Amino acid sequence: MNLLGVKAIYMAEMSRFFRTVLQSFVSPVISTSLYFVVFGSAIGSRIDQVEGVSYGAFIVPGLIMLTVMTQGLANASFGIYFPKFTGTIYEHLSAPVNFLEMVLGYVGAAATKALFIGLIILATATFFVEVQIQHPLAMLAFLILTCTSFALFGFIIGIWAQNFEQLQLIPLLIVTPLVFLGGSFYSVSMLPPFWQTVTHFNPVLYLISGFRWSFYGLADVPVAMSLAAIALFTAICLAVIWWIFRTGWRLRD
Amino acid sequence: MAFIKIDGLRKVYDGGFEALKGVDLEIEEGEILALLGPNGAGKTTLISTICGMTTPTAGSVTVGGHDIIRDWRAARSLIGLVPQEINIEPFTEVRRAVAFSRGLFGLKRNDAHVDDVLRRLSLTDKADSKIMQLSGGMKRRVLIAKALAHEPRVLFLDEPTAGVDVELRKSMWETVAELKKQGVTIILTTHYIEEAEAIADRIAVINKGEILLVERKDALMKRLGRKRLVVELQHKADALPDSLVRDGLALSEDGLSITYDYDTQAERTGITRLLQDLSGAGLTLRDLQTRQSSLEDIFVGLVAEQEQEGAA
Repeated sequence: MNLLGVKAIYMAEMSRFFRTVLQSFVSPVISTSLYFVVFGSAIGSRIDQVEGVSYGAFIVPGLIMLTVMTQGLANASFGIYFPKFTGTIYEHLSAPVNFLEMVLGYVGAAATKALFIGLIILATATFFVEVQIQHPLAMLAFLILTCTSFALFGFIIGIWAQNFEQLQLIPLLIVTPLVFLGGSFYSVSMLPPFWQTVTHFNPVLYLISGFRWSFYGLADVPVAMSLAAIALFTAICLAVIWWIFRTGWRLRD
Repeated sequence: MAFIKIDGLRKVYDGGFEALKGVDLEIEEGEILALLGPNGAGKTTLISTICGMTTPTAGSVTVGGHDIIRDWRAARSLIGLVPQEINIEPFTEVRRAVAFSRGLFGLKRNDAHVDDVLRRLSLTDKADSKIMQLSGGMKRRVLIAKALAHEPRVLFLDEPTAGVDVELRKSMWETVAELKKQGVTIILTTHYIEEAEAIADRIAVINKGEILLVERKDALMKRLGRKRLVVELQHKADALPDSLVRDGLALSEDGLSITYDYDTQAERTGITRLLQDLSGAGLTLRDLQTRQSSLEDIFVGLVAEQEQEGAA
């Protein structure tokens, strides 16, 4: 195992993150604050409470999930796509680094960044609303698992993408709608019965529900199902990554 | 024993194109081998396969005794690769980029070595500059520095001077000579014959995925070297006198010079006889000169020969 190689990739990715500090840190903080102003104050003042929690506080877990999913995905997909685009991938392919070590470096860094941003948003939220965390360990576990699995997913997209349009395609057309429709800003119980059923086919619902449970003890679906869903998603991503590793798909001729 | 041993190496791409048709080649430690061939000859495929970016269809390659497939980590650790395109992340600083390459190859941080590599490539002044601020030639040097960061025993330079101006090309040759002095084995691909002529110890000619020839440069030049004698005449000659007619001899269109091609390796070159006959024919000579045929002539000859065989 080439751990120093993994570290080199991880550190290079992290330094890119810190180099673009405005885009990396400040922009998620600003957009989160905007969500709180719009959803928490303007709209939230008319919604009152959701199952005993103020609406502003209710959306905090959803907002964090929305951000870490999109950030984990974007960071990992861009991280691996960029060397493919610039051609610097030759160095990884000719170095004594295998694909799984590349995954550790890129996905590790993307997940770390997403986790970091998630925690910053959580901290920002405490300025606007009263947040309580009933199950802090479970909260961290859900957060880390989500960051990691979406970074894995992003890595796969980055390997698959052959141009910038493809790189944006899945995040914009599939992930963002699923996250918005997965109960980030509402409880599924607020929907008419038909849409409640439809929503249960949305995998993101299970992640957000489990995460929200760790805050307020409220869940749209049983926590065990949430855990199972995220484990399944991670397993699928790992299986695809393993297949890419075996075949060298889109990397080696 | 050869440091790099290539045995029956074949590469057939997914589309069915056979880029390498059973290449056999041995490269000695410490030598500079120039891999010469026209565009699309298979030079880059050969390098990519040895370096691990392309998976071979058949055959084997060992580097320093390590098989590139079974013992890939050990094999790749010995190799530094400088790609043909200037593929380099623009937003990083030079020193950081070089240190990254070292880490990627699993070596501990070593600032002294990185500084030394930068010094050897005259990049010390630019160590903290962003790569996008550098000129094309400087970027190429950074690529070499990155390839040397992990102290490789063999360096692959894929078209190191493609699109580079004359001055920079010369300085690149000096860099290569310097690296050889330090004991690095160097394999460079080029389609500039003068480049191979200037710096290589041995020359391999590749065309259409096949190695046509591998030989020491000087022996090759000597063996295949033909010379041309050019005789300038004092007065214009309308036709060659019968006494002068022989193989390899021709009168120029303006009638002011006679050229004679001969083989330096032949038992008799025929020069003494020719000079006697010139004098006998009453021609007054103005000047004489001889010219050794260049590697380019040899190369063009070899490739043309293969084309003819292919057509036949």
